[in-house]
Amino acid sequence: MLDVVINTLVIIFACNGIFFFLVGTLGLVRLPDVYTRLHAGTKCDTLGAGSILFALAIYERFSINGLKMIVLAFLVMVMSSTTGHAISHAAYKVGIMPWRKKVSSAFPGEESENVTES
Amino acid sequence: MQTFFLAVGLILLVNAFVCLFRAIAGPTLPDRIVAVNIVGTKTTVILVLIAYIFAQHMYIDTAFVYALLNFVVTVAVARYLETGGLPSA
Repeated sequence: MLDVVINTLVIIFACNGIFFFLVGTLGLVRLPDVYTRLHAGTKCDTLGAGSILFALAIYERFSINGLKMIVLAFLVMVMSSTTGHAISHAAYKVGIMPWRKKVSSAFPGEESENVTES
Repeated sequence: MQTFFLAVGLILLVNAFVCLFRAIAGPTLPDRIVAVNIVGTKTTVILVLIAYIFAQHMYIDTAFVYALLNFVVTVAVARYLETGGLPSA
């Protein structure tokens, strides 16, 4: 009975982690800017890796290897935030401007006067 | 459960190869750094999964070392990008 509950929890947490990894990869490929890609990638790191490592800690039933998983998940979360800050700071110092949506016209087919202003 | 862990590892492997697209075709250098950082995180998780697929618990410590190395590499490259060399102070 306990095995069934533990296996169900492991499968739920691991599928959650796979979902967040897929979303992070999709954001990394599709989003238009360094900062937005960093946003997607940091979600992928914290939630995806943390969820899969927590699932493995449940599978190990919080023995010594399970505690290693918890420590590794904590390390991955802290280091992901730190690297995200470092990369975005360096990108801003290098001179990469944040992405803005290019609105050519408010109505398609007409030229807007705001384009030359901005 | 080992088959399930194998399936999770294979899905993450395909994800890592999709991330390599951004590392190759990224227009600027920070894009490539972000992509390599995410591939490193996925490699850490895959190493932990390998420890359970093949029942070799040594790979958990390898995953620790890989995670720390990934962090140091990313912060060093970001620092190099910001200052253009070694920090003077």
